[in-house]
Amino acid sequence: MYETHYHRASSIQDAVKLRQAAGEGKYLSGGMTLIPTMKQRLAAPTDLVDVRQVPEMKGIGVSGRTVRIGAATTHFEVASSAELAAVCPAISGLASHIGDPHVRHMGTIGGSIANNDPAADYPSAMLALDATIITDRREIAAGDFFTGLFETALEDGELVTAITFEAPAKAGYQKFANPASRYAMTGVFVVRRDNGDVRVAVTGAGSNGVFRHKGMEAALSANWSPDALVNVTVDASDLLSDIHADASYRANLVKVMAKRAMAAA
Amino acid sequence: MGVEGIGARVARKEDKRFLTGKGRYTDDMSVPGMKYAIFVRSPYAHAKIRSIDATAAKAMPGVVGVLDGKQLLADGIGNLICGWMIHSKDGSPMKMGAWRPLAHETVRYVGDAVAIVVADSIAEAKDAAEAVVVDYQELPVVTDATKALEQGQPQLHPEAPNNLIFDWQIGDPAATDKAIAAAAHVTEITIHNNRLSPNPMEPRATLGIYDGGDEHYTCYTTSQNPHVARLVMSAFYNVAPENKLRVIAPDVGGGFGSKIYIYPEEIVCLWASKRTGVPVKWTSDRTEAFLTDAHGRDHLSKVKMAFDANNRIIGLKVDTVANLGAYMSLFSSAVPTYLYATLLSGQYDIPAIHANVRTVYTNTAPVDAYRGAGRPEATYLLERTMETAARELGVSPAELRRINFIRSFPHQTPVIMNYDAGDYDASLDAAMQASDWNGFAARKAEAARRGMKRGIGMSCYIEACGIAPSAAVGSLGAGVGLWESAEVRVNAVGTIEVLTGSHSHGQGHETTFAQLVADRFGVPIDSVNIVHGDTDKVQMGMGTYGSRSGAVGMSAVVKALDKVEAKAKKIAAHLMEADESDIVIENGELKVAGTDKTVPWFQMALAAYTAHNLPPGMEPGLKEGAFYDPANFTFPAGCYICEVEVDPETGVTKIIQFVAADDFGNIINPMIVEGQVHGGLAQGIGQALLENVHYDPENGQLLTASYMDYAMPRADDLPSFKVSTSNTPCPNNPLGIKGCGEAGAIGSPPALINAITDAIGNNRLTMPATPQKVWAAAHAAN
Amino acid sequence: MAKITMTVNGRQVSGQCDDRTLLVHFIRENLGLTGTHVGCDTSQCGACVVHMDGRSMKSCSTLAAQAAGSDITTIEGLAANGELHPVQAAFKANHGLQCGFCTPGMVMTAVDMIRRHSGHLDEATVRAELEGNICRCTGYHNIVKSILAAAAEMGGARVAAE
Repeated sequence: MYETHYHRASSIQDAVKLRQAAGEGKYLSGGMTLIPTMKQRLAAPTDLVDVRQVPEMKGIGVSGRTVRIGAATTHFEVASSAELAAVCPAISGLASHIGDPHVRHMGTIGGSIANNDPAADYPSAMLALDATIITDRREIAAGDFFTGLFETALEDGELVTAITFEAPAKAGYQKFANPASRYAMTGVFVVRRDNGDVRVAVTGAGSNGVFRHKGMEAALSANWSPDALVNVTVDASDLLSDIHADASYRANLVKVMAKRAMAAA
Repeated sequence: MGVEGIGARVARKEDKRFLTGKGRYTDDMSVPGMKYAIFVRSPYAHAKIRSIDATAAKAMPGVVGVLDGKQLLADGIGNLICGWMIHSKDGSPMKMGAWRPLAHETVRYVGDAVAIVVADSIAEAKDAAEAVVVDYQELPVVTDATKALEQGQPQLHPEAPNNLIFDWQIGDPAATDKAIAAAAHVTEITIHNNRLSPNPMEPRATLGIYDGGDEHYTCYTTSQNPHVARLVMSAFYNVAPENKLRVIAPDVGGGFGSKIYIYPEEIVCLWASKRTGVPVKWTSDRTEAFLTDAHGRDHLSKVKMAFDANNRIIGLKVDTVANLGAYMSLFSSAVPTYLYATLLSGQYDIPAIHANVRTVYTNTAPVDAYRGAGRPEATYLLERTMETAARELGVSPAELRRINFIRSFPHQTPVIMNYDAGDYDASLDAAMQASDWNGFAARKAEAARRGMKRGIGMSCYIEACGIAPSAAVGSLGAGVGLWESAEVRVNAVGTIEVLTGSHSHGQGHETTFAQLVADRFGVPIDSVNIVHGDTDKVQMGMGTYGSRSGAVGMSAVVKALDKVEAKAKKIAAHLMEADESDIVIENGELKVAGTDKTVPWFQMALAAYTAHNLPPGMEPGLKEGAFYDPANFTFPAGCYICEVEVDPETGVTKIIQFVAADDFGNIINPMIVEGQVHGGLAQGIGQALLENVHYDPENGQLLTASYMDYAMPRADDLPSFKVSTSNTPCPNNPLGIKGCGEAGAIGSPPALINAITDAIGNNRLTMPATPQKVWAAAHAAN
Repeated sequence: MAKITMTVNGRQVSGQCDDRTLLVHFIRENLGLTGTHVGCDTSQCGACVVHMDGRSMKSCSTLAAQAAGSDITTIEGLAANGELHPVQAAFKANHGLQCGFCTPGMVMTAVDMIRRHSGHLDEATVRAELEGNICRCTGYHNIVKSILAAAAEMGGARVAAE
């Protein structure tokens, strides 16, 4: 990795200040993506601002159906929170299958969301749950947050501090892991609200990152059942093709994973 | 069998150090003044080097030196060699293109080394390596072997027109063609054997130390055969004379063939140590390992198998194209020839075989032996063909195999090998019983009710290992003899050191070799130490590969133990005033049979060294050496059965059970043998289901250069295995051992692919059977 | 260059290193504890697993600076008073290692796994929990067996203690 300067932030304010003072700096949370990327010399931040131990950014709060997860909360903490599992077990299940146990002990929800890897799990949950991304300066709806491959609505120096969402009546997530990397080759998160609203978000498959599948949402709004997906068409033309899976196979996986997410919901 | 002798499940002596973090691998070594090396590697698969400018790099912080291929050439360091001469069928020798340790004119694959940077830290060396300016002129690229043989393709080496290294054959073409013409049925199939990266978990590393005072070199390296490394570096690469070069292979974290070869990095680090005056350590990262460790397999074969009206095989014709990559690695020529085509008779009595093999240069990493080396390719070809034939002929797979089994031994095949012993029905019976083959139909029906497609497949493999009789391999082109050596030193207090030319990199020699001694003399294995992996300590040896440590390495130990025993008995007989023919050795004592007279082992040893009371004319001391050259290959064989369920919606294959029934001859430590089988099975299953080295055919970039894209088998990809052994002793070595290191990797891929194709009802499927491929094949069949 | 202080295997240690120094290199080079290995570049193989503040983590994907002030346990810190830890003993008894290179990471992973599951493990759970550790030698068969055996022993011991 190239030379860099490490700073440890003690508060959100401190983090933002350190980041502003830095040149081409980056926030560092669990580092599970950033550090390997820097090791491969594919990223070269002059400064790293470590927010892993910022107290205000840690922890899970559930109040009624309202969930708030601090950005520096690890996947392990999300996966093992009984409070969270009681209102939204789908997101606990999702977190329990990110990476591996060691990665889950370090990697954080904020880091994952801010990175917006097209094969990451969390973006699909955020989009389907209509979560709000809270930063040091504003709140951003998930629908506006994820803007493309590794692209988000975050401004330079803006720090994700928490996410919040209303727990839905039903939610389910299933992923098909890449046999090598174990990242999502296709993951589908389905949500149904008490008012009948349905959201289906797909990760790992889209050539422009996470996306909602309107066809499936319409079908499931009409009939909340795996069978409702049988006649939905998934257009392969917007999907990724790589050495592991071409777009037509991913199109099939989107449907199969959606069906299985429904079964799990 | 004693609790620590031959046949006992002794827990390993070496485990404590590995379990407590006290293993000493090459990258753990450090010496005063040591600096770190990074290699500047070609980002292009094929290019001319116009110039290399290291001016800026040399001025970077911490840089000790930057050296390139022209300096290496000027210092007289030689080309890398291939140690096995193969002649084409027209009599011409193989076409060996020059492989420079540091390329100075042309690079031929992505990762080809062009310069070495030595600096105070790895990070500084990497910074400086980026500042080395290499001006490349890109050349067109070819990565596929069949395509490389066509007219008008990029040419890798001027010595090899159309990239053809050799066009070799074995067997009787006329008799085979005649059999095919007369056949009642001919099964035709194209077999692709996918390219693999060996991936021992310890990446390669080397530490080169030049001592200017003594003009002496020390090379720590991740090697399966340090003595061969020393021999080759002295005799061919002009690094140093043998007496001025010590090669140490300390703890080595797996090899699987890939650490047999002497790579450019060992040579260059030794040379760079002299040039820079500092010890130079290089440790590969995983991406470098994917780029530059020798790959395995990569065959494309067309097969015709001819049957008579009774379903007996009457002929087999094979036409293989083997990709050897950009350069000929150390044993690369032997793998697709004598380690492959000589096994094409399998377990079957086939009167006529003809195999033609063309080997080809391409702009990819060199290809050489990887666990099994040629024998997995032969087994996959044969067992996929047998399964296909059984389906075409409407015969059960077991029945077709039984019809054709060899049952009388010795058996001379039409492709050189003379099988000494075997019982193929026994392993087939054992595997079918262990897998409850007869209950499969009910299990398939139950799976179908759950929407799953269940399949079962078998594979009956044979391999030739215990490599190898020196004169025989010499007559076939080998540049070395493949004997092994041992020295047994009994110390004055009776403890024992065994020095072996075999090298353990996971196989557990420190335990199994000690078991031989414990068994022979009745001493505790804790009093026996095994010394290996250091050319200054151990007499010449040939190393570990080809499942040879037991059959060849231990046989050398036995020969040395015979000599020690004979002398020990003479000493004891003299001490007890008895006849040496009456002396027996039991439980650590030398006894006069039928009396109560005994001399403890340690007392005999002490007597050998005090030399106060030895038989007249006897030399003091108790130390004996031996060299053992095997009389024949050994022939482990067995039957593997795999049962799978395919999810038709996703194409995911789940292995429900995997049964291995092997005949390894006699076994020293069943626990270790089972471990070898487990590991081999995982690698074979990895090949069949997950692993593939993938180059971009347009530009030769390696697309599977990390674990993000190269799918390694993980714990949740695999089941627990059901393994068993039968023990038809090998008649050709003193312990009756056949060898067990490679069998799992050899026998398992066809069993798995036969099972998946059975499940989906479509025989057209290539390895690795990824979910996408299986999904597509399952739906194509419907 | 920064001065890093942390507790490693119960002992407070400090050392000078670049900010870009990985924890694994700090452990190996600065502290000379070479039992923790590096087997890949992409944080998948798990040869580098150590415990930080009581949880398993990959020391190749963390800066030494990130770990400053933490409590680190490496493979060298597991055996107490010359006695193998029950997980180490189970790996030996069940031939759960061959070349030994992935072994430190496997053992550290197993200790963390057994602790998190309070010793209650089955084969499927163990295999799933090993997702972040690659072994090329054993086919995992005897690693799984070793971990189950250790879990049974440690779970049994825990129950006995309660």
